[in-house]
Amino acid sequence: MARSKELVPGVGRLSRSQVFAKRALYKGAKKSEKPAAEEPAATTEKTVGGANNGGKRVIPTSKAPRFYPAEDVRQPKKSRKSHKPTALRSSITPGTVLILLAGRFRGKRVVFLKQLESGLLLVTGPYKINGVPLRRVNQAYVIATSTKIELEAYKVDEKINDAYFAKTAAKGARSAEEEFFEEGKPKAKEPFPAGKATDQKEVDKAVIDAVKKTPELARYLKSSWGLSKGQFPHQLVF
Amino acid sequence: MTDSNFKRFVEVGRVVLLNNGPFSGKIAVIAEIIDHNRAIIDGPTTGVPRQAFPYKHLLLTPIKLTQLPRAAGSGVIRKFVEKEGIVEKWDNSSWAQKRATKEKRKSLNDFDRFKVMVAKKQRRDVVRKAVKKASA
Repeated sequence: MARSKELVPGVGRLSRSQVFAKRALYKGAKKSEKPAAEEPAATTEKTVGGANNGGKRVIPTSKAPRFYPAEDVRQPKKSRKSHKPTALRSSITPGTVLILLAGRFRGKRVVFLKQLESGLLLVTGPYKINGVPLRRVNQAYVIATSTKIELEAYKVDEKINDAYFAKTAAKGARSAEEEFFEEGKPKAKEPFPAGKATDQKEVDKAVIDAVKKTPELARYLKSSWGLSKGQFPHQLVF
Repeated sequence: MTDSNFKRFVEVGRVVLLNNGPFSGKIAVIAEIIDHNRAIIDGPTTGVPRQAFPYKHLLLTPIKLTQLPRAAGSGVIRKFVEKEGIVEKWDNSSWAQKRATKEKRKSLNDFDRFKVMVAKKQRRDVVRKAVKKASA
């Protein structure tokens, strides 16, 4: 705090309350108060059967508890923090060629399509070129290159979102035997969903068309990245 | 006087390459020798202002200005440098060209490096085939 000059490092001249008074934030314009939400009625009227019961009765909407805890239970503090949306690195724009650094496709060069709601990056190989399917990756595990493919005009279908990549929940408890074997034989592999295959083709069509405009670019995407002797990533220009 | 094995000397008119400081990578001319540690250098055509410069931070090049008088001012040095074409001489030397190539390689991005790799492969292929044909 600038007003509270430091006496020694870490100890200010003014106390916390003195600083509060000096800052005088309480004097500032009052923030508008939210219109009070209508409180639900404390009681409701109910009709009651039986001749001698008066017909109607007033009942509290929320019943008071019958027992109270013998000892005070501390209320946990409510957190007022909220998640900020993940900021996209400025070097990553739709069409940027990224180098994947982790996971099954590490070392592959892929094309960035868009950032999803969860902050993860939607990328594609394209699958036809280097075998990387539509995939979500964390931008922390990615090197952004300065190479860009012209994808400004292309809009990725809205249906390809985080839910699109979610696994279907397994139904009920199943034994490991049931999971992998059928009639004493290993289960046949489930076919890749046809809808996803067509989605992949549709997205890749636009990307491959753009890639073809630059000579050697398809070969570049097909090749994988690595460091050779005497190369250090912090000294390289990407 | 016996012949020395040394070819490059710290002397007035010697063209030097700076390899430290804000003017690193540029060439300049020794205008005057201060002592066994420093000299006054000047590069009016290469953007190096006149200054005292330690020998530790420069390299002597084989290029030399002949007939530069001692303690010549910037104007005189400029005239001599332009007359003898020192900058062109330096730019055409293999030393300067190697430096330029290295600098260029360093500035290439990932895609450019890939393209260089492909071009080198193609060259290798042509050379290999030609050698095979010639030796057969």
